[in-house]
Amino acid sequence: MTATAQTIATPAVTERRQSGRWLTALLLAPSAVWFFVLLILPLAVVLVYSVGVRAPAGGYQAAFTLDNYLNLPARWAAFKNTLTLAPLGTLICLLAGYPLAYFLAVKSSARWRVMLLILVIVPFWTSFLIRTYAWIFILGGRGIPALLDAMGMGDVRLINTPFSVMCGIVYAYLPLMVFPIYVSLEKLDKRLLEASEDLGAGPFATFRQITLPLSAPGIITGCMLVFILLMGEYLIPQMLGGGKVFFIGNALVDLFLQSLNWPYGSAVAMALVIIMLVTVSLYLRATAATGGRRDASLI
Amino acid sequence: MLRAYSALVYLFLYGPIALIVLFSFNSGLSAADFQGFSLRWYARVAGNSLMLDALRTSLTVAFSSAALATIMGTMAALALQRVKGPVRVIFDGLTYIAIMVPGIVIGIATLIALVTTFDAANAVLAEIWPTDTPPQLHMGYGSIIAAHTLFSMALVVVIVRARIAGMDRSLIEASMDLYADPWATFRQVTLPQLAPAILAGFLLCFTFSFDDFVIAFFVAGPLNTLPIYVFSSIRRGVTPEINAIGTAIMMFSLVMLFGAQLLLRRKSVQGKT
Repeated sequence: MTATAQTIATPAVTERRQSGRWLTALLLAPSAVWFFVLLILPLAVVLVYSVGVRAPAGGYQAAFTLDNYLNLPARWAAFKNTLTLAPLGTLICLLAGYPLAYFLAVKSSARWRVMLLILVIVPFWTSFLIRTYAWIFILGGRGIPALLDAMGMGDVRLINTPFSVMCGIVYAYLPLMVFPIYVSLEKLDKRLLEASEDLGAGPFATFRQITLPLSAPGIITGCMLVFILLMGEYLIPQMLGGGKVFFIGNALVDLFLQSLNWPYGSAVAMALVIIMLVTVSLYLRATAATGGRRDASLI
Repeated sequence: MLRAYSALVYLFLYGPIALIVLFSFNSGLSAADFQGFSLRWYARVAGNSLMLDALRTSLTVAFSSAALATIMGTMAALALQRVKGPVRVIFDGLTYIAIMVPGIVIGIATLIALVTTFDAANAVLAEIWPTDTPPQLHMGYGSIIAAHTLFSMALVVVIVRARIAGMDRSLIEASMDLYADPWATFRQVTLPQLAPAILAGFLLCFTFSFDDFVIAFFVAGPLNTLPIYVFSSIRRGVTPEINAIGTAIMMFSLVMLFGAQLLLRRKSVQGKT
Protein backbone atom coordinates (compact mmCIF):
# COMPACT_ATOMS: atom_id res chain seq x y z
CA MET A 1 0.00 0.00 0.00
CA THR A 2 1.22 3.56 0.55
CA ALA A 3 3.58 4.92 3.15
CA THR A 4 0.71 6.33 5.20
CA ALA A 5 -0.40 2.80 6.04
CA GLN A 6 2.67 2.42 8.22
CA THR A 7 2.32 5.65 10.15
CA ILE A 8 -1.14 5.24 11.69
CA ALA A 9 -2.14 1.71 12.62
CA THR A 10 -5.91 2.04 13.07
CA PRO A 11 -7.86 -1.24 13.08
CA ALA A 12 -9.10 -0.54 9.56
CA VAL A 13 -5.55 -0.07 8.30
CA THR A 14 -4.36 -3.23 10.02
CA GLU A 15 -7.20 -5.10 8.40
CA ARG A 16 -6.38 -3.72 5.01
CA ARG A 17 -2.71 -4.61 5.45
CA GLN A 18 -3.78 -8.10 6.40
CA SER A 19 -5.91 -8.49 3.26
CA GLY A 20 -3.10 -6.94 1.23
CA ARG A 21 -0.84 -9.74 2.33
CA TRP A 22 -3.41 -12.32 1.22
CA LEU A 23 -3.77 -10.56 -2.11
CA THR A 24 0.00 -10.61 -2.64
CA ALA A 25 0.17 -14.32 -1.88
CA LEU A 26 -2.75 -14.97 -4.22
CA LEU A 27 -1.12 -12.99 -7.02
CA LEU A 28 2.18 -14.82 -6.63
CA ALA A 29 0.72 -18.32 -6.26
CA PRO A 30 0.27 -19.29 -9.96
CA SER A 31 3.76 -18.22 -11.01
CA ALA A 32 5.26 -19.85 -7.92
CA VAL A 33 3.57 -23.14 -8.82
CA TRP A 34 4.81 -22.84 -12.41
CA PHE A 35 8.36 -22.08 -11.35
CA PHE A 36 8.32 -25.03 -8.99
CA VAL A 37 6.77 -27.64 -11.31
CA LEU A 38 8.41 -26.60 -14.58
CA LEU A 39 11.76 -25.19 -13.49
CA ILE A 40 12.95 -26.32 -10.06
CA LEU A 41 11.53 -29.83 -10.24
CA PRO A 42 12.88 -30.64 -13.74
CA LEU A 43 16.32 -29.25 -12.89
CA ALA A 44 16.31 -31.29 -9.68
CA VAL A 45 15.39 -34.40 -11.70
CA VAL A 46 18.34 -33.71 -14.03
CA LEU A 47 20.61 -33.41 -11.00
CA VAL A 48 19.36 -36.69 -9.53
CA TYR A 49 19.55 -38.52 -12.86
CA SER A 50 23.09 -37.31 -13.44
CA VAL A 51 24.32 -39.57 -10.62
CA GLY A 52 22.25 -42.57 -11.79
CA VAL A 53 22.96 -45.31 -14.32
CA ARG A 54 21.41 -46.11 -17.70
CA ALA A 55 18.68 -48.73 -17.52
CA PRO A 56 19.33 -51.70 -19.85
CA ALA A 57 16.48 -50.64 -22.19
CA GLY A 58 17.46 -46.98 -22.03
CA GLY A 59 16.33 -44.31 -19.62
CA TYR A 60 17.21 -44.11 -15.95
CA GLN A 61 17.89 -46.53 -13.14
CA ALA A 62 18.41 -45.29 -9.58
CA ALA A 63 22.00 -45.33 -8.31
CA PHE A 64 24.58 -43.06 -6.81
CA THR A 65 27.70 -42.84 -8.88
CA LEU A 66 29.93 -40.09 -10.21
CA ASP A 67 30.88 -42.18 -13.27
CA ASN A 68 28.80 -39.99 -15.59
CA TYR A 69 30.79 -36.94 -14.58
CA LEU A 70 34.10 -38.81 -14.80
CA ASN A 71 33.06 -39.89 -18.30
CA LEU A 72 32.48 -36.35 -19.53
CA PRO A 73 35.77 -36.37 -21.52
CA ALA A 74 34.17 -39.00 -23.79
CA ARG A 75 32.22 -36.09 -25.28
CA TRP A 76 35.28 -33.88 -25.35
CA ALA A 77 34.80 -32.99 -29.03
CA ALA A 78 31.43 -31.37 -28.32
CA PHE A 79 32.81 -29.41 -25.36
CA LYS A 80 35.87 -28.37 -27.35
CA ASN A 81 33.81 -27.19 -30.33
CA THR A 82 31.43 -25.27 -28.08
CA LEU A 83 34.18 -23.70 -26.02
CA THR A 84 36.12 -22.58 -29.09
CA LEU A 85 33.36 -21.64 -31.54
CA ALA A 86 31.18 -19.87 -28.95
CA PRO A 87 33.93 -17.41 -27.87
CA LEU A 88 35.10 -17.05 -31.47
CA GLY A 89 31.55 -16.35 -32.66
CA THR A 90 31.14 -13.82 -29.85
CA LEU A 91 34.37 -12.09 -30.84
CA ILE A 92 33.38 -11.90 -34.52
CA CYS A 93 29.95 -10.52 -33.55
CA LEU A 94 31.70 -7.88 -31.40
CA LEU A 95 34.15 -6.86 -34.13
CA ALA A 96 31.43 -6.78 -36.76
CA GLY A 97 28.80 -5.18 -34.55
CA TYR A 98 30.77 -2.45 -32.76
CA PRO A 99 31.29 -0.22 -35.82
CA LEU A 100 27.59 -0.46 -36.64
CA ALA A 101 26.59 0.40 -33.06
CA TYR A 102 29.04 3.32 -33.15
CA PHE A 103 27.63 4.54 -36.44
CA LEU A 104 24.06 4.34 -35.13
CA ALA A 105 24.76 6.05 -31.80
CA VAL A 106 27.27 8.72 -32.83
CA LYS A 107 27.26 9.32 -36.58
CA SER A 108 23.76 8.64 -37.88
CA SER A 109 21.28 11.49 -38.23
CA ALA A 110 18.65 11.69 -35.50
CA ARG A 111 15.92 11.42 -38.12
CA TRP A 112 16.93 7.92 -39.23
CA ARG A 113 18.35 6.60 -35.98
CA VAL A 114 15.24 4.91 -34.56
CA MET A 115 14.32 3.39 -37.90
CA LEU A 116 17.85 2.03 -38.42
CA LEU A 117 17.91 0.63 -34.89
CA ILE A 118 14.58 -1.15 -35.36
CA LEU A 119 15.94 -2.60 -38.60
CA VAL A 120 18.79 -4.16 -36.60
CA ILE A 121 16.50 -5.67 -33.96
CA VAL A 122 13.78 -6.98 -36.27
CA PRO A 123 15.72 -9.99 -37.61
CA PHE A 124 16.38 -11.16 -34.05
CA TRP A 125 12.66 -11.61 -33.46
CA THR A 126 11.82 -13.18 -36.81
CA SER A 127 11.92 -16.92 -37.30
CA PHE A 128 15.29 -18.24 -36.18
CA LEU A 129 14.73 -21.49 -38.06
CA ILE A 130 14.00 -19.77 -41.36
CA ARG A 131 16.94 -17.39 -41.00
CA THR A 132 19.27 -20.32 -40.42
CA TYR A 133 17.64 -22.16 -43.30
CA ALA A 134 18.43 -19.16 -45.50
CA TRP A 135 22.10 -20.08 -45.16
CA ILE A 136 21.46 -23.68 -46.17
CA PHE A 137 19.79 -22.22 -49.23
CA ILE A 138 22.66 -19.81 -49.92
CA LEU A 139 25.60 -22.10 -49.16
CA GLY A 140 24.00 -25.42 -50.06
CA GLY A 141 24.08 -27.29 -53.35
CA ARG A 142 21.50 -25.12 -55.13
CA GLY A 143 22.88 -21.80 -53.86
CA ILE A 144 26.29 -20.22 -54.36
CA PRO A 145 27.95 -23.51 -55.41
CA ALA A 146 25.32 -23.94 -58.15
CA LEU A 147 25.95 -20.36 -59.31
CA LEU A 148 29.71 -20.92 -59.27
CA ASP A 149 29.23 -24.13 -61.16
CA ALA A 150 27.11 -22.38 -63.78
CA MET A 151 29.95 -19.87 -64.12
CA GLY A 152 32.36 -22.72 -64.65
CA MET A 153 34.12 -22.44 -61.29
CA GLY A 154 33.83 -26.14 -60.60
CA ASP A 155 32.94 -27.97 -57.43
CA VAL A 156 32.94 -25.79 -54.31
CA ARG A 157 31.75 -27.05 -50.97
CA LEU A 158 30.58 -24.49 -48.41
CA ILE A 159 27.91 -26.16 -46.29
CA ASN A 160 28.70 -28.45 -43.32
CA THR A 161 31.95 -26.67 -42.51
CA PRO A 162 33.00 -24.53 -39.53
CA PHE A 163 32.68 -21.61 -41.97
CA SER A 164 29.00 -22.23 -42.63
CA VAL A 165 28.32 -22.67 -38.89
CA MET A 166 30.07 -19.37 -38.23
CA CYS A 167 28.00 -17.63 -40.93
CA GLY A 168 24.84 -18.85 -39.21
CA ILE A 169 26.10 -17.78 -35.77
CA VAL A 170 27.08 -14.24 -36.77
CA TYR A 171 23.91 -13.86 -38.79
CA ALA A 172 21.70 -14.98 -35.92
CA TYR A 173 23.38 -13.13 -33.04
CA LEU A 174 24.76 -9.91 -34.49
CA PRO A 175 21.61 -7.92 -33.53
CA LEU A 176 21.97 -9.06 -29.94
CA MET A 177 25.50 -7.64 -29.84
CA VAL A 178 24.73 -4.33 -31.55
CA PHE A 179 21.84 -3.35 -29.31
CA PRO A 180 23.52 -3.16 -25.85
CA ILE A 181 26.62 -1.47 -27.32
CA TYR A 182 24.36 1.06 -29.01
CA VAL A 183 22.62 1.76 -25.69
CA SER A 184 25.90 2.46 -23.89
CA LEU A 185 27.31 4.55 -26.74
CA GLU A 186 24.14 6.60 -26.99
CA LYS A 187 24.54 7.66 -23.36
CA LEU A 188 28.06 8.83 -24.06
CA ASP A 189 28.40 12.60 -23.69
CA LYS A 190 29.46 13.82 -27.14
CA ARG A 191 31.20 16.85 -25.55
CA LEU A 192 33.83 14.47 -24.17
CA LEU A 193 34.78 13.60 -27.74
CA GLU A 194 35.04 17.28 -28.66
CA ALA A 195 37.08 18.00 -25.53
CA SER A 196 39.47 15.20 -26.37
CA GLU A 197 39.85 16.51 -29.90
CA ASP A 198 40.41 20.08 -28.66
CA LEU A 199 43.14 18.81 -26.40
CA GLY A 200 44.97 17.49 -29.42
CA ALA A 201 44.15 13.79 -29.25
CA GLY A 202 43.92 12.02 -32.59
CA PRO A 203 40.82 10.00 -33.51
CA PHE A 204 42.47 6.76 -32.45
CA ALA A 205 43.56 8.11 -29.05
CA THR A 206 40.07 9.54 -28.46
CA PHE A 207 38.52 6.20 -29.30
CA ARG A 208 40.90 4.24 -27.10
CA GLN A 209 40.80 6.59 -24.11
CA ILE A 210 37.18 7.74 -24.13
CA THR A 211 34.77 5.88 -26.40
CA LEU A 212 35.98 2.37 -25.73
CA PRO A 213 36.12 2.55 -21.89
CA LEU A 214 32.73 4.30 -21.71
CA SER A 215 31.09 1.66 -23.91
CA ALA A 216 32.57 -1.19 -21.84
CA PRO A 217 29.26 -2.01 -20.08
CA GLY A 218 27.54 -2.44 -23.44
CA ILE A 219 30.39 -4.58 -24.75
CA ILE A 220 30.28 -6.81 -21.69
CA THR A 221 26.49 -7.18 -21.81
CA GLY A 222 26.47 -7.89 -25.53
CA CYS A 223 29.29 -10.43 -25.30
CA MET A 224 27.67 -12.24 -22.39
CA LEU A 225 24.24 -12.41 -24.06
CA VAL A 226 25.71 -13.80 -27.27
CA PHE A 227 28.10 -16.14 -25.48
CA ILE A 228 25.40 -17.57 -23.21
CA LEU A 229 23.00 -18.23 -26.09
CA LEU A 230 25.80 -19.75 -28.17
CA MET A 231 26.73 -22.14 -25.37
CA GLY A 232 23.28 -23.74 -25.59
CA GLU A 233 23.07 -23.62 -29.38
CA TYR A 234 21.64 -26.62 -31.18
CA LEU A 235 19.91 -25.59 -34.40
CA ILE A 236 22.77 -23.78 -36.14
CA PRO A 237 25.36 -26.58 -35.86
CA GLN A 238 22.63 -29.12 -36.60
CA MET A 239 21.49 -27.40 -39.78
CA LEU A 240 24.74 -25.87 -41.04
CA GLY A 241 27.30 -28.25 -39.53
CA GLY A 242 25.78 -31.44 -40.87
CA GLY A 243 27.05 -33.66 -38.04
CA LYS A 244 30.64 -32.57 -38.67
CA VAL A 245 30.59 -29.45 -36.49
CA PHE A 246 28.58 -30.15 -33.35
CA PHE A 247 28.00 -28.39 -30.04
CA ILE A 248 27.11 -29.63 -26.54
CA GLY A 249 23.45 -29.10 -27.53
CA ASN A 250 23.81 -31.62 -30.35
CA ALA A 251 25.47 -34.11 -28.00
CA LEU A 252 22.50 -33.67 -25.63
CA VAL A 253 19.93 -34.41 -28.34
CA ASP A 254 21.92 -37.48 -29.35
CA LEU A 255 22.17 -38.73 -25.77
CA PHE A 256 18.52 -38.17 -24.88
CA LEU A 257 16.75 -39.03 -28.12
CA GLN A 258 19.10 -41.49 -29.87
CA SER A 259 21.16 -43.48 -27.39
CA LEU A 260 18.62 -42.94 -24.58
CA ASN A 261 21.40 -42.54 -22.04
CA TRP A 262 19.56 -40.19 -19.71
CA PRO A 263 21.98 -40.28 -16.78
CA TYR A 264 25.02 -39.46 -18.89
CA GLY A 265 23.03 -36.85 -20.81
CA SER A 266 21.98 -35.30 -17.49
CA ALA A 267 25.61 -35.05 -16.43
CA VAL A 268 26.44 -33.31 -19.73
CA ALA A 269 23.51 -30.92 -19.19
CA MET A 270 24.66 -30.19 -15.62
CA ALA A 271 28.19 -29.52 -16.90
CA LEU A 272 26.77 -27.07 -19.45
CA VAL A 273 24.70 -25.26 -16.81
CA ILE A 274 27.69 -25.09 -14.45
CA ILE A 275 29.98 -23.68 -17.15
CA MET A 276 27.31 -21.06 -17.83
CA LEU A 277 26.81 -20.19 -14.15
CA VAL A 278 30.55 -19.67 -13.75
CA THR A 279 30.59 -17.46 -16.83
CA VAL A 280 27.60 -15.45 -15.63
CA SER A 281 29.13 -14.82 -12.22
CA LEU A 282 32.41 -13.76 -13.82
CA TYR A 283 30.33 -11.43 -15.97
CA LEU A 284 28.55 -9.97 -12.94
CA ARG A 285 31.90 -9.32 -11.29
CA ALA A 286 33.25 -7.73 -14.46
CA THR A 287 30.22 -5.43 -14.75
CA ALA A 288 30.55 -4.46 -11.11
CA ALA A 289 34.18 -3.55 -11.79
CA THR A 290 33.32 -1.23 -14.69
CA GLY A 291 30.46 0.23 -12.69
CA GLY A 292 28.14 -0.40 -15.61
CA ARG A 293 24.46 -1.21 -15.62
CA ARG A 294 22.91 -4.12 -17.41
CA ASP A 295 21.08 -3.06 -20.53
CA ALA A 296 19.78 -6.37 -21.67
CA SER A 297 16.33 -5.33 -22.79
CA LEU A 298 15.83 -5.82 -26.50
CA ILE A 299 12.55 -3.97 -26.68
CA MET B 1 33.62 4.65 -44.66
CA LEU B 2 31.71 3.88 -41.51
CA ARG B 3 28.54 4.58 -43.46
CA ALA B 4 29.54 2.17 -46.21
CA TYR B 5 30.38 -0.49 -43.66
CA SER B 6 27.01 -0.06 -41.96
CA ALA B 7 25.26 -0.38 -45.31
CA LEU B 8 27.13 -3.65 -45.82
CA VAL B 9 25.97 -4.95 -42.45
CA TYR B 10 22.36 -4.17 -43.36
CA LEU B 11 22.91 -5.98 -46.65
CA PHE B 12 24.24 -8.95 -44.68
CA LEU B 13 21.22 -8.86 -42.34
CA TYR B 14 18.56 -8.53 -45.03
CA GLY B 15 20.17 -10.17 -48.06
CA PRO B 16 19.47 -13.76 -47.04
CA ILE B 17 15.88 -12.91 -46.03
CA ALA B 18 15.36 -11.12 -49.34
CA LEU B 19 16.69 -14.15 -51.21
CA ILE B 20 14.21 -16.44 -49.47
CA VAL B 21 11.36 -14.10 -50.35
CA LEU B 22 12.57 -13.70 -53.92
CA PHE B 23 12.96 -17.41 -54.57
CA SER B 24 9.63 -18.24 -52.98
CA PHE B 25 8.19 -16.62 -56.11
CA ASN B 26 10.56 -18.46 -58.45
CA SER B 27 8.87 -20.96 -60.71
CA GLY B 28 12.16 -22.82 -61.17
CA LEU B 29 13.69 -25.32 -58.79
CA SER B 30 17.03 -23.84 -57.74
CA ALA B 31 18.86 -20.59 -57.11
CA ALA B 32 20.77 -20.99 -60.37
CA ASP B 33 17.48 -21.49 -62.10
CA PHE B 34 15.38 -18.34 -61.82
CA GLN B 35 12.58 -18.83 -64.31
CA GLY B 36 10.26 -16.00 -63.50
CA PHE B 37 7.45 -15.06 -61.17
CA SER B 38 5.05 -17.72 -60.02
CA LEU B 39 2.83 -18.50 -57.07
CA ARG B 40 3.00 -22.25 -57.58
CA TRP B 41 4.88 -22.89 -54.31
CA TYR B 42 2.34 -20.90 -52.34
CA ALA B 43 -0.43 -22.90 -53.97
CA ARG B 44 1.34 -26.06 -52.98
CA VAL B 45 1.72 -24.85 -49.36
CA ALA B 46 -1.97 -23.94 -49.17
CA GLY B 47 -2.85 -27.51 -50.11
CA ASN B 48 -0.38 -29.17 -47.73
CA SER B 49 -2.55 -30.62 -44.97
CA LEU B 50 0.39 -31.71 -42.77
CA MET B 51 1.69 -28.16 -42.82
CA LEU B 52 -1.75 -26.75 -42.07
CA ASP B 53 -2.17 -29.11 -39.11
CA ALA B 54 1.23 -28.03 -37.78
CA LEU B 55 0.23 -24.39 -38.24
CA ARG B 56 -3.01 -24.96 -36.32
CA THR B 57 -1.08 -26.65 -33.49
CA SER B 58 1.44 -23.81 -33.35
CA LEU B 59 -1.26 -21.14 -33.24
CA THR B 60 -3.12 -22.97 -30.46
CA VAL B 61 0.04 -23.45 -28.41
CA ALA B 62 1.27 -19.89 -28.99
CA PHE B 63 -2.07 -18.33 -28.09
CA SER B 64 -2.62 -20.46 -24.97
CA SER B 65 0.89 -20.12 -23.60
CA ALA B 66 0.99 -16.38 -24.31
CA ALA B 67 -2.37 -15.85 -22.58
CA LEU B 68 -1.38 -17.90 -19.53
CA ALA B 69 2.04 -16.29 -19.30
CA THR B 70 0.63 -12.79 -19.65
CA ILE B 71 -1.93 -13.31 -16.90
CA MET B 72 0.40 -15.04 -14.45
CA GLY B 73 3.38 -12.82 -15.23
CA THR B 74 1.37 -9.62 -14.79
CA MET B 75 -0.06 -10.90 -11.50
CA ALA B 76 3.44 -11.70 -10.26
CA ALA B 77 4.82 -8.35 -11.40
CA LEU B 78 2.04 -6.50 -9.57
CA ALA B 79 2.65 -8.48 -6.40
CA LEU B 80 6.43 -8.12 -6.55
CA GLN B 81 6.28 -4.33 -6.32
CA ARG B 82 4.70 -4.79 -2.89
CA VAL B 83 7.06 -7.37 -1.41
CA LYS B 84 10.64 -7.12 -0.23
CA GLY B 85 13.07 -9.50 1.40
CA PRO B 86 13.55 -13.19 0.65
CA VAL B 87 10.34 -13.64 -1.41
CA ARG B 88 11.46 -11.00 -3.84
CA VAL B 89 15.03 -12.31 -4.01
CA ILE B 90 13.75 -15.82 -4.74
CA PHE B 91 11.39 -14.62 -7.47
CA ASP B 92 14.09 -12.48 -9.04
CA GLY B 93 16.43 -15.47 -9.01
CA LEU B 94 13.85 -17.80 -10.55
CA THR B 95 12.96 -15.29 -13.27
CA TYR B 96 16.64 -14.91 -14.05
CA ILE B 97 17.23 -18.67 -14.17
CA ALA B 98 14.18 -19.25 -16.38
CA ILE B 99 15.54 -16.76 -18.91
CA MET B 100 19.20 -17.78 -18.66
CA VAL B 101 19.12 -21.60 -18.70
CA PRO B 102 19.45 -22.69 -22.36
CA GLY B 103 16.24 -23.81 -24.06
CA ILE B 104 17.75 -27.19 -24.78
CA VAL B 105 18.36 -27.87 -21.08
CA ILE B 106 14.83 -26.70 -20.21
CA GLY B 107 13.46 -28.97 -22.94
CA ILE B 108 15.40 -32.02 -21.75
CA ALA B 109 14.71 -31.40 -18.07
CA THR B 110 10.99 -30.96 -18.71
CA LEU B 111 10.94 -34.09 -20.87
CA ILE B 112 12.51 -36.41 -18.32
CA ALA B 113 10.63 -34.89 -15.38
CA LEU B 114 7.26 -35.22 -17.14
CA VAL B 115 7.94 -38.69 -18.55
CA THR B 116 8.94 -39.89 -15.08
CA THR B 117 5.90 -38.27 -13.44
CA PHE B 118 3.51 -39.53 -16.13
CA ASP B 119 4.84 -43.09 -15.87
CA ALA B 120 4.32 -43.08 -12.11
CA ALA B 121 0.89 -41.43 -12.40
CA ASN B 122 -0.26 -43.82 -15.15
CA ALA B 123 0.73 -46.81 -13.02
CA VAL B 124 -1.29 -45.44 -10.12
CA LEU B 125 -4.24 -44.62 -12.38
CA ALA B 126 -4.22 -48.13 -13.86
CA GLU B 127 -4.27 -49.48 -10.31
CA ILE B 128 -7.13 -47.41 -8.95
CA TRP B 129 -9.28 -46.86 -12.05
CA PRO B 130 -12.54 -48.85 -11.79
CA THR B 131 -12.75 -49.78 -15.49
CA ASP B 132 -10.22 -51.45 -17.78
CA THR B 133 -9.41 -48.30 -19.72
CA PRO B 134 -7.83 -45.80 -17.35
CA PRO B 135 -6.96 -42.36 -18.75
CA GLN B 136 -3.33 -42.10 -19.82
CA LEU B 137 -1.25 -38.99 -19.22
CA HIS B 138 1.04 -38.25 -22.14
CA MET B 139 3.06 -35.51 -23.81
CA GLY B 140 1.13 -33.19 -26.08
CA TYR B 141 -0.57 -29.82 -25.97
CA GLY B 142 -0.37 -29.63 -22.18
CA SER B 143 3.37 -30.20 -21.99
CA ILE B 144 4.30 -27.76 -24.79
CA ILE B 145 2.01 -25.04 -23.48
CA ALA B 146 3.30 -25.48 -19.92
CA ALA B 147 6.96 -25.40 -20.99
CA HIS B 148 6.50 -22.35 -23.22
CA THR B 149 4.57 -20.58 -20.49
CA LEU B 150 7.57 -20.84 -18.15
CA PHE B 151 9.92 -18.80 -20.34
CA SER B 152 7.18 -16.44 -21.50
CA MET B 153 6.03 -15.76 -17.95
CA ALA B 154 9.56 -14.72 -16.95
CA LEU B 155 9.63 -12.41 -19.98
CA VAL B 156 6.31 -10.80 -18.99
CA VAL B 157 7.48 -10.31 -15.39
CA VAL B 158 10.55 -8.43 -16.64
CA ILE B 159 8.60 -6.26 -19.12
CA VAL B 160 5.71 -5.38 -16.82
CA ARG B 161 7.99 -4.65 -13.87
CA ALA B 162 10.03 -2.28 -16.02
CA ARG B 163 6.79 -0.52 -16.87
CA ILE B 164 5.69 -0.37 -13.22
CA ALA B 165 9.06 1.12 -12.28
CA GLY B 166 8.57 3.87 -14.86
CA MET B 167 4.95 4.52 -13.90
CA ASP B 168 3.69 7.83 -12.57
CA ARG B 169 2.95 7.18 -8.88
CA SER B 170 1.27 10.53 -8.38
CA LEU B 171 -1.80 9.42 -10.34
CA ILE B 172 -2.30 6.49 -7.99
CA GLU B 173 -1.93 8.73 -4.97
CA ALA B 174 -4.37 11.23 -6.48
CA SER B 175 -6.86 8.45 -7.04
CA MET B 176 -6.49 7.32 -3.42
CA ASP B 177 -6.88 10.90 -2.21
CA LEU B 178 -10.11 11.12 -4.17
CA TYR B 179 -11.41 8.15 -2.16
CA ALA B 180 -11.28 5.56 -4.93
CA ASP B 181 -10.99 2.14 -3.34
CA PRO B 182 -7.92 0.04 -4.26
CA TRP B 183 -9.81 -2.00 -6.85
CA ALA B 184 -11.18 1.09 -8.59
CA THR B 185 -7.71 2.64 -8.51
CA PHE B 186 -6.26 -0.49 -10.05
CA ARG B 187 -8.91 -0.73 -12.75
CA GLN B 188 -9.01 2.96 -13.68
CA VAL B 189 -5.43 4.11 -13.10
CA THR B 190 -2.89 1.30 -12.86
CA LEU B 191 -4.26 -1.08 -15.49
CA PRO B 192 -4.63 1.50 -18.29
CA GLN B 193 -1.04 2.61 -17.66
CA LEU B 194 0.23 -0.97 -17.77
CA ALA B 195 -1.92 -2.06 -20.72
CA PRO B 196 0.64 -1.34 -23.48
CA ALA B 197 3.35 -3.31 -21.65
CA ILE B 198 0.97 -6.20 -20.99
CA LEU B 199 -0.15 -6.35 -24.62
CA ALA B 200 3.43 -6.07 -25.86
CA GLY B 201 4.36 -8.89 -23.49
CA PHE B 202 1.57 -11.00 -24.95
CA LEU B 203 2.76 -10.42 -28.51
CA LEU B 204 6.39 -11.20 -27.65
CA CYS B 205 5.36 -14.41 -25.87
CA PHE B 206 3.25 -15.36 -28.86
CA THR B 207 6.20 -14.73 -31.17
CA PHE B 208 8.56 -16.69 -28.94
CA SER B 209 6.25 -19.70 -28.72
CA PHE B 210 5.38 -19.61 -32.42
CA ASP B 211 9.09 -19.53 -33.27
CA ASP B 212 10.44 -21.98 -30.68
CA PHE B 213 11.86 -25.20 -32.00
CA VAL B 214 14.16 -26.62 -29.37
CA ILE B 215 11.80 -26.84 -26.37
CA ALA B 216 8.87 -28.12 -28.44
CA PHE B 217 11.17 -30.68 -30.10
CA PHE B 218 11.52 -32.43 -26.74
CA VAL B 219 8.11 -32.01 -25.13
CA ALA B 220 5.73 -32.10 -28.11
CA GLY B 221 5.26 -35.87 -27.95
CA PRO B 222 3.40 -36.95 -31.12
CA LEU B 223 2.42 -33.39 -32.09
CA ASN B 224 4.03 -31.36 -34.86
CA THR B 225 4.40 -27.63 -34.36
CA LEU B 226 5.20 -25.51 -37.41
CA PRO B 227 8.94 -25.18 -36.58
CA ILE B 228 9.13 -28.95 -36.02
CA TYR B 229 7.41 -29.52 -39.36
CA VAL B 230 9.73 -27.05 -41.14
CA PHE B 231 12.79 -28.60 -39.48
CA SER B 232 11.88 -32.09 -40.62
CA SER B 233 11.08 -30.94 -44.16
CA ILE B 234 14.47 -29.24 -44.36
CA ARG B 235 16.00 -32.50 -43.19
CA ARG B 236 14.26 -34.33 -46.01
CA GLY B 237 15.77 -31.92 -48.49
CA VAL B 238 15.58 -28.27 -49.46
CA THR B 239 12.58 -27.56 -51.69
CA PRO B 240 11.26 -24.22 -52.93
CA GLU B 241 8.12 -24.93 -50.92
CA ILE B 242 10.10 -24.18 -47.74
CA ASN B 243 10.88 -20.72 -49.13
CA ALA B 244 7.18 -20.03 -49.42
CA ILE B 245 6.45 -21.29 -45.89
CA GLY B 246 9.41 -19.28 -44.59
CA THR B 247 8.25 -16.09 -46.28
CA ALA B 248 4.77 -16.51 -44.84
CA ILE B 249 6.16 -17.17 -41.33
CA MET B 250 8.45 -14.15 -41.48
CA MET B 251 5.64 -11.86 -42.61
CA PHE B 252 3.50 -13.09 -39.73
CA SER B 253 6.30 -12.58 -37.13
CA LEU B 254 6.94 -9.10 -38.51
CA VAL B 255 3.32 -8.09 -37.99
CA MET B 256 3.38 -9.38 -34.41
CA LEU B 257 6.70 -7.67 -33.71
CA PHE B 258 5.65 -4.30 -35.05
CA GLY B 259 2.49 -4.54 -32.99
CA ALA B 260 4.59 -5.06 -29.86
CA GLN B 261 6.96 -2.22 -30.76
CA LEU B 262 4.12 0.23 -31.37
CA LEU B 263 2.50 -0.66 -28.05
CA LEU B 264 5.74 -0.33 -26.08
CA ARG B 265 6.50 3.03 -27.62
CA ARG B 266 3.14 4.50 -26.76
CA LYS B 267 3.66 6.48 -23.60
CA SER B 268 0.19 6.01 -22.16
CA VAL B 269 -3.29 4.93 -23.04
CA GLN B 270 -6.30 7.04 -22.21
CA GLY B 271 -8.66 5.19 -19.91
CA LYS B 272 -12.03 5.31 -21.55
CA THR B 273 -14.19 4.24 -18.62
